[in-house]
Amino acid sequence: MNPIYLDNNATTRVDPAVVEVMLPFFTEQFGNPSSMHSFGNKVGLALKKARQQVQALIGAEHDSEIIFTSCGTESDSTAILSALKVQPERKEIITTAVEHPAILTLCQTLEKDGYTVHYLKVDGKGRLDLDEYAKLLTDKVAIVSVMWANNETGTLFPVEKMAEMANEAGVMFHTDAVQIVGKLPMDLKSSKIDMLSISGHKLHAPKGIGVLYLRRGARFRPLLRGGHQERGRRAGTENSASIVALGAACEQALANMAFENTEVKALRDRLEKGILAQVPNAFVTGDPDNRLPNTCNIAFEYIEGEGILLLLNKQGIAASSGSACTSGSLEPSHVMRAMGIPYTAAHGTVRFSLSRYNTEEEIDRVIAAVPPIVAQLRKLSPYWGENGPVTDPEQAFAPVYA
Amino acid sequence: MWEYSEKVQEHFFNPRNAGALGDANATGEVGSISCGDALRLMLKVDPESERILDAGFQTFGCGSAIASSSALTEMIKGMTLDEALKVSNQDIADYLDGLPPEKMHCSVMGREALEAAVANYRGEVWKDDHEEGALICKCFAIDAVMIEDTVRSNNLSTVQDVINYTKAGGGCAACHEGIEEILTKVLAERGESFKVTPPPSPVAATGKLSTLERVKRIQQVIEDVRPALQRDRGDIELVDIDGKTIYVSMKGACAGCQMEALTLQGVQQKMMEALGEFVKLVPVRATTPAPGLCNPK
Ligand SMILES: Cc1ncc(COP(=O)(O)O)c(C=O)c1O
Ligand code: FES
Repeated sequence: MNPIYLDNNATTRVDPAVVEVMLPFFTEQFGNPSSMHSFGNKVGLALKKARQQVQALIGAEHDSEIIFTSCGTESDSTAILSALKVQPERKEIITTAVEHPAILTLCQTLEKDGYTVHYLKVDGKGRLDLDEYAKLLTDKVAIVSVMWANNETGTLFPVEKMAEMANEAGVMFHTDAVQIVGKLPMDLKSSKIDMLSISGHKLHAPKGIGVLYLRRGARFRPLLRGGHQERGRRAGTENSASIVALGAACEQALANMAFENTEVKALRDRLEKGILAQVPNAFVTGDPDNRLPNTCNIAFEYIEGEGILLLLNKQGIAASSGSACTSGSLEPSHVMRAMGIPYTAAHGTVRFSLSRYNTEEEIDRVIAAVPPIVAQLRKLSPYWGENGPVTDPEQAFAPVYA
Repeated sequence: MWEYSEKVQEHFFNPRNAGALGDANATGEVGSISCGDALRLMLKVDPESERILDAGFQTFGCGSAIASSSALTEMIKGMTLDEALKVSNQDIADYLDGLPPEKMHCSVMGREALEAAVANYRGEVWKDDHEEGALICKCFAIDAVMIEDTVRSNNLSTVQDVINYTKAGGGCAACHEGIEEILTKVLAERGESFKVTPPPSPVAATGKLSTLERVKRIQQVIEDVRPALQRDRGDIELVDIDGKTIYVSMKGACAGCQMEALTLQGVQQKMMEALGEFVKLVPVRATTPAPGLCNPK
């Protein structure tokens, strides 16, 4: 049985055509793009092309606004630390409670260093309160960093609007767009976004390559200083094979944008409806009307996500979960908790994230596989009776410590 | 994904004694839904002999929680209550051929459910005195609460103290930032501030050892660490000694994996303490790497 990969928000397979494009850069095209000889020159031209391919996908005004980095995390760190460095008198940061750890962990560390971080709350559907945001936009804030699309639920934030609000208040704006780039069209030149992070491995390019978009004119201090690579804004000899691959992947993403938003979206909807029609006590988390076309996150009440994943995996189906157990922590996903999803459901969330490589036949196999798995685990659960949850689960099962 | 042993997987995919036990006369319920695992253990105890005739469980939790519950019921069936109470959480983990450090709490939960069920049978009230915090040291599966309590009750002030008292931090050292944060917090409560102290210099040389004594001590260190490694399905052997370089061969689950480096580091540290001099431990590749409990996720 062929494995079915529905964990594309975690990482994606590199498109075979992209692999093809990058291979020569390990062999005959091994030159250092900075060198004067022809070995280096050809590589330099290839990087230029890649830069333009990225530029086209995100609608940047200039190709020099694209800075290649080693990953999405590096782009995130570079953006925030740069903003703090250029505005030493501003000691506040605005972000959200549901960011990726690439932002959250950095912010928590900055708090220890004396910065004040405002974590915007979300409602039950994972939406922000823009009034709360507007009140926080003062001249004490060095940077706002808000993700464009949430990696767990796919929920979209109105970052273009938020960037305009920040701009009017004279505050720099960064967005972690790792999950959205390549899935929804964007045109940065007509936005007020100052900085934006991309990670290659989320859009069928290799792991270990990222981009920081830096609007021309936005004040900047590099994270890595050294050589003059990336115009001195990110020193270190370029990862040419991966950069070229990312360029090719961006071109493909642009070409497949319509497909992503029709076919892939239709498969996602089919999956979601198919599962919900058969499984009681299950619901979609996040904002179903305003999310990435490829993502669906379903909470299965009264069971734990890791068990679901293990049983799915046994049938060759790969997905992921926001349960505590899968991460090795004791708490379920911070995203689920921020949305106020009760613990009885938060531990049982499963994220299915599709790509353009998934087929209808695969989706139908998953729709058939999920209901018996959920039933099997509920049979083991102390919170589940014969045909449904025990009445008042908190009362019926009151363990000695809680 | 976690590296679960075959045995864990087997007990998860085919749990024994799952489901409510109709004629149970002892029930223990532990865990909490907020922590993501909860277990109800049901026993049918023969009032004459106090022997456990049957056992069943219901578990909300991850793969290893379900496997631990299943293993526990298998282990205690046929035992008397007193015998069953001798089953430790380590016994449960061993029965399953080990659990990843992040998952050891699943076996603890099993042990506690057992205590709770026995207390319930005997009409006693079982009180949980175990509080669990975030896992700090993955090498030795030690959580924040344990470190904090130890720091507080023993007035510890350095990372080295914490290593000596709890073992936390004595392996790969990746958790030293977390340990320093705990120290900073507890020291602040005492009105002191955390100061970085240089790592202790290797035990002051106590005169030069004879060659024979030196070899003996090296062999002794190896013998001392073997049981721990064997528990994790690995092993270590002394191959050769060449001046300050000691060649060893790592076997089984420990060979070639991430844990190897930190295991070696730990053994090297012990070696230096035993010899009072600097030595270097070099692994000789003898076996092919085996996937082990080494790289969760
Ligand atoms: C929203 C978001 N930001 C940042 C990252 C980190 O990207 P990278 O793995 O390239 O560092 C991820 C990927 O896990 C992500 O989903
Ligand atoms: S994690 Fe603590 S020593 Fe390795």
